[in-house]
Amino acid sequence: MQATNILFLILGLGCFAFYLGRGRSLAIAKPLGGVRHLHSLPSYYGFHAALWCALPSLFLLSLWMIFDDLLINSMVMDALPAASAPADSASYNLLLNKIANLADGILPRSGESAALVSAADQMLNYRVVSRWSLTALILTLSLVGMAWGWSRTAPLFRARPVVEAVAEKSLLACACLAIFTTLGIVLSVLFESIQFFRSVPAFDFIFGLDWSPQTAIREDQVGSSGSFGAVPLFVGTLLVSAVAMVVAVPIGLMSAIFLAEYANKTVRSYAKPALEVLAGIPTVVYGFFAALTVAPFLRDLGEGFGLSVSSESALAAGGVMGVMIIPFISSLADDVITAVPQSMRDGSLAMGATKSETVRRVIIPAALPGIVGGIMLAVSRAIGETMIVVMAAGMAAKLTANPLDSVTTVTVQIVTLLTGDQEFDSPKTLAAFALGLMLFTVTLLLNIFALHIVKKYREQYE
Amino acid sequence: MSKSVDNLEKIRKSLSRRNRAEKRFRLYGVTAVLIGLAAVMLLFTDIVSKGHGAFRIAYLQLDITYDQDLIGIDNLTDPQQLALGNWQAMPKVALRNQFPDVSGRKDKRSLYGLVSNGAGFDLKDRLLENPLLLGDSETLWVLADDDIDTYYKSWLDGEPYDARLTAKQVAWIHELHDQGKLRLQFNSNLFTRGDSREPEQAGIRGAVMGSLLTLILTLLLSFPIGVSAAIYLEEFAPKNAWTDFIEVNINNLAAVPSIIFGLLGLAIFINFFHVPRSVPIVGGLVLTLMTLPTIIITSRAAIKSVPPSIREAALGMGASKYQMVLHHVLPLALPGMLTGAIIGMAQALGESAPLLMIGMVAFIVDIPGGFSDPATVLPVQIFLWADSPERAFIEKTSAAIMVLLSFLIIMNTSAVWLRKRLERRW
Repeated sequence: MQATNILFLILGLGCFAFYLGRGRSLAIAKPLGGVRHLHSLPSYYGFHAALWCALPSLFLLSLWMIFDDLLINSMVMDALPAASAPADSASYNLLLNKIANLADGILPRSGESAALVSAADQMLNYRVVSRWSLTALILTLSLVGMAWGWSRTAPLFRARPVVEAVAEKSLLACACLAIFTTLGIVLSVLFESIQFFRSVPAFDFIFGLDWSPQTAIREDQVGSSGSFGAVPLFVGTLLVSAVAMVVAVPIGLMSAIFLAEYANKTVRSYAKPALEVLAGIPTVVYGFFAALTVAPFLRDLGEGFGLSVSSESALAAGGVMGVMIIPFISSLADDVITAVPQSMRDGSLAMGATKSETVRRVIIPAALPGIVGGIMLAVSRAIGETMIVVMAAGMAAKLTANPLDSVTTVTVQIVTLLTGDQEFDSPKTLAAFALGLMLFTVTLLLNIFALHIVKKYREQYE
Repeated sequence: MSKSVDNLEKIRKSLSRRNRAEKRFRLYGVTAVLIGLAAVMLLFTDIVSKGHGAFRIAYLQLDITYDQDLIGIDNLTDPQQLALGNWQAMPKVALRNQFPDVSGRKDKRSLYGLVSNGAGFDLKDRLLENPLLLGDSETLWVLADDDIDTYYKSWLDGEPYDARLTAKQVAWIHELHDQGKLRLQFNSNLFTRGDSREPEQAGIRGAVMGSLLTLILTLLLSFPIGVSAAIYLEEFAPKNAWTDFIEVNINNLAAVPSIIFGLLGLAIFINFFHVPRSVPIVGGLVLTLMTLPTIIITSRAAIKSVPPSIREAALGMGASKYQMVLHHVLPLALPGMLTGAIIGMAQALGESAPLLMIGMVAFIVDIPGGFSDPATVLPVQIFLWADSPERAFIEKTSAAIMVLLSFLIIMNTSAVWLRKRLERRW
């Protein structure tokens, strides 16, 4: 039986257990004079039986799914005759894949050595045994659980607290998924990065000035070592982000001020959602727009002025990214500006200040921490933005501060290093994880700091 | 006395300057908003003006003969014959009959270049549907090559682009057009086919199905988990360091760059758990983790907006805390949660960066039918097409973007509508 079928079997049995448990509680309650003589409502007895029926089986199923393949693989490989046993881990995996493909019928069996064919047969055999024993075990476990849950149904049995305790645990587990996700991110980038830093020293990576990750296939080729100095990437990322901020901060901030302080209700109710449309557009669309409309336009414009603008200029990518970030800054700034207490505005206006003076001298200083926090979040957004730069910025790592030139960024390199066919252990792919670690650390610090500022600011006026 | 008069004078003098500054400041604000709105307009007009053409595509009218000897087939049920049949010969012969005076290898090849090289297979499908046609002939509209399509459209618009055509091909195109044998038809291929290297045969059906499957999985996983987490944090969580830690984690995950989730998916799901690459399952898992913070945050806001009096009333009537949440708080908070879920799904639908990491960027022709078929998604398809050198793909890409944006607009407006319709003011 397939795992999904077993899952449905368990769920079906669970429903049946619910029905049985509920029915038994009703049957017990009837001679006593009604449901009110039970400790809990009948459905709780049903849930109790269902939980006993389904939970242990689900647990067993998930354990089985994790260890099943590992166990079968190692058993098959151990049974191989010594002559065809693999020497190292790479050929081990290769051989294992081959056997699995033979077993699945992806590779033709004719022409393969007898040992491999028999190993494939054995693998199929083990799989069948595993499936059937799993089915049998699950079935027994579910039925035993169902019987146990059913038998515990009694007028004085406190089913509700049991069910609710289980429910609360599962809610807690859902909430903890956020922690596991963070942990998963940290572990996955950290482990691969440590592996990477074994072959490339961390110092060379962070302070090296030369980035050319194309490790050659042959040892004696030029540049066969590959060099992993990430400074050009950091500079490129900062350049693109700086261009984006130059576009986004003034426009975002001014439109937030206008919408919060000047615009009447009608204008605000139309202009604000219209601006937020920009936030809802997928980044791949911005990337297309930057690469096919903005970049050629800037190049032609530059030619008109006698400037040489690269067709993958940082200006195009950064400018479009800035447009994407406008609504982000404007809505965050709008929030903090409207949170400034009205009394401060009234005070300033009563002293004879004009509206713009009030905004500049009173509201902005009061809202500054929040605005700075918002801008930092926006910077972290810009640093981590991927599609726009992948489509509109270059691939070549250049150490330049000229926005008209083409630069590459951390995210672009992660994508180029990891898309397409890859072996997982080469420094080339591991470098992507090291870059990911950098990216994660920087954005995490920015986010924590920014969220802290914003939160503190909010408390100030609450 | 004289001092205050002086001051008054000063103030009066400075007033016009201050008022000018006020006006300037206001103008800056208006300009900023207008720039933002102009960007929206520019983006949409640019995409629409580039993409509207892709909904129509050039077809040639040819007299097709389903000649058995030509195709090399006598039995339509023999898969071997079907696989080996020379299907492309049918449009070729038809073209030669149309232009009988074309001779020479080179000229013939450029003549054959008028029709799509998938035209033969379209004729094969037609023949298989109507087996009686074998040996017969009919006049049919056949898909033109993408270069012809590009030229024909640009010529109709008044700025012909003939860089990829020979002078003879251009002449043939005009001859066909004058005879009424070349025209634009609705491009149904765009909506019924999967990806292709040939722009005229490429469609978004595969990508749309891939997106749909991935989103279904994402919704099925992230909505229950997100709502449960929100309920726990709002209603049950004790105020302690662990709860604070969970909260900090959620807030940070909401701001982690999406590409990092791709790295997570690659390292954990693919390399550790050996989930196959490029399938909606792994895409759905990654997008679930990515959208969870959004859903949790909006669901918490929805739960928070339910007034405490409702909770107190339920508890006062003897409900347990669970019954209070399940029977009262949750139904009242559901519209807000659904809005959050739709917004999260819209975000997931537009996301492409993490999916590049987990192999959903592969070139996949077949339309995925299940969660474990290799698939790509609409934004990634857009990315792939945008990278293709053929000029006709620009139009295609813009059309795909229009489809993606319309899905997003539908989702977002339905979220707004839902909120307006179901929101209760307390």
